[in-house]
Amino acid sequence: MKIIVTDYDGKTHELEGLEGWRVMEVIRDWGLDMKAECGGACACATCEVYVDEEWVEKLNPASDEEEDMLDQVPDAKGNSRLSCQILMSEELDGLKVTLAPNSKS
Amino acid sequence: MTKNEISTDVVIIGAGPVGLFAVFELGLLDLKCHLIDILDRPGGQCAELYPEKPIYDIPAFPVISGQELTDNLLKQIEPFSPKFHYNRMVEKVEKLEDGSFRVVTDEGEVFLAPIVVIAAGGGSFQPKRPPVENIEAYEGKSVKYSVRRMEDFRDQDVLIVGGGDSALDWLLNLQPIAKSMTLVHRRDVFRAAPASVKEMHALADAGKINFHLGQIGSLEGEGDQLSNVVIKAKDGSEINVPTTRMLPFFGLTMKLGPVADWGLELNDNLIEVDTEKFETSVAGVFAIGDINYYPGKLKLILSGFHEAALMSQAAKKIIAPDDRLIFQYTTSSTKLQKKLGVK
Repeated sequence: MKIIVTDYDGKTHELEGLEGWRVMEVIRDWGLDMKAECGGACACATCEVYVDEEWVEKLNPASDEEEDMLDQVPDAKGNSRLSCQILMSEELDGLKVTLAPNSKS
Repeated sequence: MTKNEISTDVVIIGAGPVGLFAVFELGLLDLKCHLIDILDRPGGQCAELYPEKPIYDIPAFPVISGQELTDNLLKQIEPFSPKFHYNRMVEKVEKLEDGSFRVVTDEGEVFLAPIVVIAAGGGSFQPKRPPVENIEAYEGKSVKYSVRRMEDFRDQDVLIVGGGDSALDWLLNLQPIAKSMTLVHRRDVFRAAPASVKEMHALADAGKINFHLGQIGSLEGEGDQLSNVVIKAKDGSEINVPTTRMLPFFGLTMKLGPVADWGLELNDNLIEVDTEKFETSVAGVFAIGDINYYPGKLKLILSGFHEAALMSQAAKKIIAPDDRLIFQYTTSSTKLQKKLGVK
């Protein structure tokens, strides 16, 4: 299954993900720059991505915990999500996200 | 020697789990430590990012929280009486002619030690800066990330951004002395203590504070004096809020900081070390835990603990080259047990 990631310079990358992996882990595993400083514990908000509008509704809604962390993103958008909270699955094959500047290391 | 100079065996930069455990391993070898940390308490990431989160990969602890791990480590190193210096950032590490080091903090203290251990994890925690054009120009005078002196806010038009405890605590504390008080938050849900949220709503209902749902759009002012903040409201409109002091509270993030300027060999913002001693390219300066790099490195707390043990042996050899180092176990060595205060 694939995810399509647009980086900070607007370049798109097609990344192969594995079932159950966090989108954050896939992005980092492919060597794209992402701070993700807490390592996936939903505790830092530095793995923020903008989810493509067509995919927003297909994701599980953000938990209260994730919303609390998004409060720490000064310029969070309506389609901002923490990529450590999105798990890869068949249904998300083709998911499109854009790295948010806040995630840059 | 000035009164601000402190001499010790080892200066440890960073009081996270790995820095704390280094005190133990160094202590068994009779080396005394001073620890410096930018946070106001020990524990590093474990305390700042995930005090309540469970950790499952600490050997012999099927599950332990970041805070419990920190508390246990503090108890474990108590016999060695480490000295802690919080709310400080190390700015300089200079090698002196005799091979020892001069470590200077942003508070102006000077530490003299033959050994420096960098256990700074992902770097130093710094407040998150909102990505708003020209915000740097106002920092210091009009834009602050913490309240050091409440008087700085008296009779000012204060704008606080955020929805956590820092935002609401300072809103409640500064409201009585401020000329005006405005709160901006991206949603109508607050992760702060419920009592504070209730009090904030009461103030808003009474017209004593203004509350806007939205984000900071742009800043206007002259020099370092802010005069107006344009808020991008959630409904798309723009609101002008006359502001002379702004306090953005978006939590902390890690920055490598001054470490990059200490003349150490780096690998992609990590400090290169060997895997025998975990020594950096500068003899006498060691790097352990998440901040170091060597082939095969895993950023695990347990790796940092291992690195601390090996580093300590090497540090001892630098400080006391003529001592015969006998490797001992705490289970059987009465000498070590005495140091731990259990015999």
